[in-house]
Amino acid sequence: MIDPYFQLILLRCGVAAIMAVSLNLINGFTGQFSLGHAGFMAIGAYVSAAVSVFLAPHAGEFVTQVWFLIALLSGGIAAGLMGLLVGLPTLRLRGDYLAIATLGFAVIIRVVILNLDVVGGARGMTDIPELSNGYWIFGTLAITVWIINNLVYSIKGYALTAISEDEIATASIGISTTKYKVMAFVVGAFFAGIGGGLYAHLESYLNTNSFTFLRSFEFVAMVVLGGMGSITGSIVAAFILTILPEALRGFDQYRMIIYSLMLIVLMLTRPTGIFGRRELWRWNRGKT
Amino acid sequence: MEIFLQQLVNGISWGSVYALIAIGYTMVYGVLKLINFAHGDVYMIGAMTGYYVALTLGVTESHPLWHLGVVILGAMVVCALLGVAIEKIAYKPLRKAPRITALITAIGVSFFLEYAGQLIFGADPKFFPQLIESRPLFHIGDVAITTIPAIIVVVSLILMGILRHIVMHTNVGRAMRAVAFSPDAAQMVGVPVDRIISITFIIGSALAGAAGVLVGLNTPKIDPLMGIMAGLKAFVAAVIGGIGNVPGALIGGFFIGISESMVSGYLSSTYRDAFSFLLLIIILLVRPEGLLGKRSVEKV
Repeated sequence: MIDPYFQLILLRCGVAAIMAVSLNLINGFTGQFSLGHAGFMAIGAYVSAAVSVFLAPHAGEFVTQVWFLIALLSGGIAAGLMGLLVGLPTLRLRGDYLAIATLGFAVIIRVVILNLDVVGGARGMTDIPELSNGYWIFGTLAITVWIINNLVYSIKGYALTAISEDEIATASIGISTTKYKVMAFVVGAFFAGIGGGLYAHLESYLNTNSFTFLRSFEFVAMVVLGGMGSITGSIVAAFILTILPEALRGFDQYRMIIYSLMLIVLMLTRPTGIFGRRELWRWNRGKT
Repeated sequence: MEIFLQQLVNGISWGSVYALIAIGYTMVYGVLKLINFAHGDVYMIGAMTGYYVALTLGVTESHPLWHLGVVILGAMVVCALLGVAIEKIAYKPLRKAPRITALITAIGVSFFLEYAGQLIFGADPKFFPQLIESRPLFHIGDVAITTIPAIIVVVSLILMGILRHIVMHTNVGRAMRAVAFSPDAAQMVGVPVDRIISITFIIGSALAGAAGVLVGLNTPKIDPLMGIMAGLKAFVAAVIGGIGNVPGALIGGFFIGISESMVSGYLSSTYRDAFSFLLLIIILLVRPEGLLGKRSVEKV
């Protein structure tokens, strides 16, 4: 048996990987810079936790697991719907404006949750059943990777890549860029919601402070470090960036400084990230 | 009515601070097309520098007015140096890189300043010394206008006046506007683009430093993370006014400052942060180029 601390870190890595892969669909493959992923995660986390705490019947093990699935899916669907609501108007904006608008939405979502007394408000939400385990988290990660990989390498996926390369040129060959951007945004938000649900049932405690701008930025850092447009990269980077702060715990006061310096140096020396656009299973992609 | 006036005064003093920070955002965006996320933290460094300069001047019962001048000037100089260092080290090598790379570097610099700040200054809030004695100057109705908001507004207006003069009536300002219009064309007619970009950072960061000290006068609690929210809101102000447009930053700053004070006065202060972003999103959807911005058509 591996020790519980290490196990918990590993499970957190899994959740971070789900978040990073789903964000990569938006930021990497579609090239739409979103800084609001923590907002979708928060919606997924709170909705699924609310389903588990208020709705799920206290019955046998099997029923509990089925209700956990229902809770996760409701979190994902809620986040996806919010993604649609946010994406439809804001994806008309480009680049920096989109980044700041998504960031704004994440702040609004957080403040609204903070004022919802049903889910604990500023006190946070406690006693969420600890149902997330290795099977659930890594199973979900596998499904996420499978779906996003298939999506990205389908005809629709090529449209997304085209949008990331040049939006105007893409529109000029008759591809509805808004439709595809919104699609990527909704799918990304859905999986972020699922990731949030897993997070809620892993930590068993939720507080809006876990879903600030900094959290969104952690996921962006994972996507960029791994390589924008590389699923493998996002997973690897999610593990590195989740384990690194833990490994640096001995140097507690320096760890965030090291973290930020690493990010700057990385951007200055290797802006394409570790993997660039490659995948373990498609190694030659992105070679020019 | 009393609440309204009180919040209006409060909003105007916050608004002038937001405007000072927003000018830095908008000028850098104008010349580099980069959201300088570290700008909010430069403002934090300004407040911290002001704190230490004020301590060096000595803790006395009542400070003479020139102490305030020295503190503001010190913060402005330190921030100007910091701003130009950030530009040279972190942004200059990325001039030709994709925009997103520079944006992430900017966020990295911002984190670095925040955490280095926590290490150097300590994570606990500090209390800014009272440089100005708070006493009522005059009354409007039942509301007393005290010295502190008056000084904040006056100092901001003086700085903005100087900035306006530099941008509109000097060669440096003309070069700045040329670079903002088209860096390549400016280069071609002999404008030293790199130097102009550095000067832009110097001016913007100095204004942020002054804003840091002014905030210290108003809300004396300062801490290494104070720049995050203030910086984001100042950026929102810059976008609302029309990014790249200096008078727009001014209008946006007052707009955000006053509306925020009204929300915390009449609704609840927990909704304050959300409200600025709600305003931002509405403006972006209705008029993406901002209140004073020019609509630009993207050409291929």
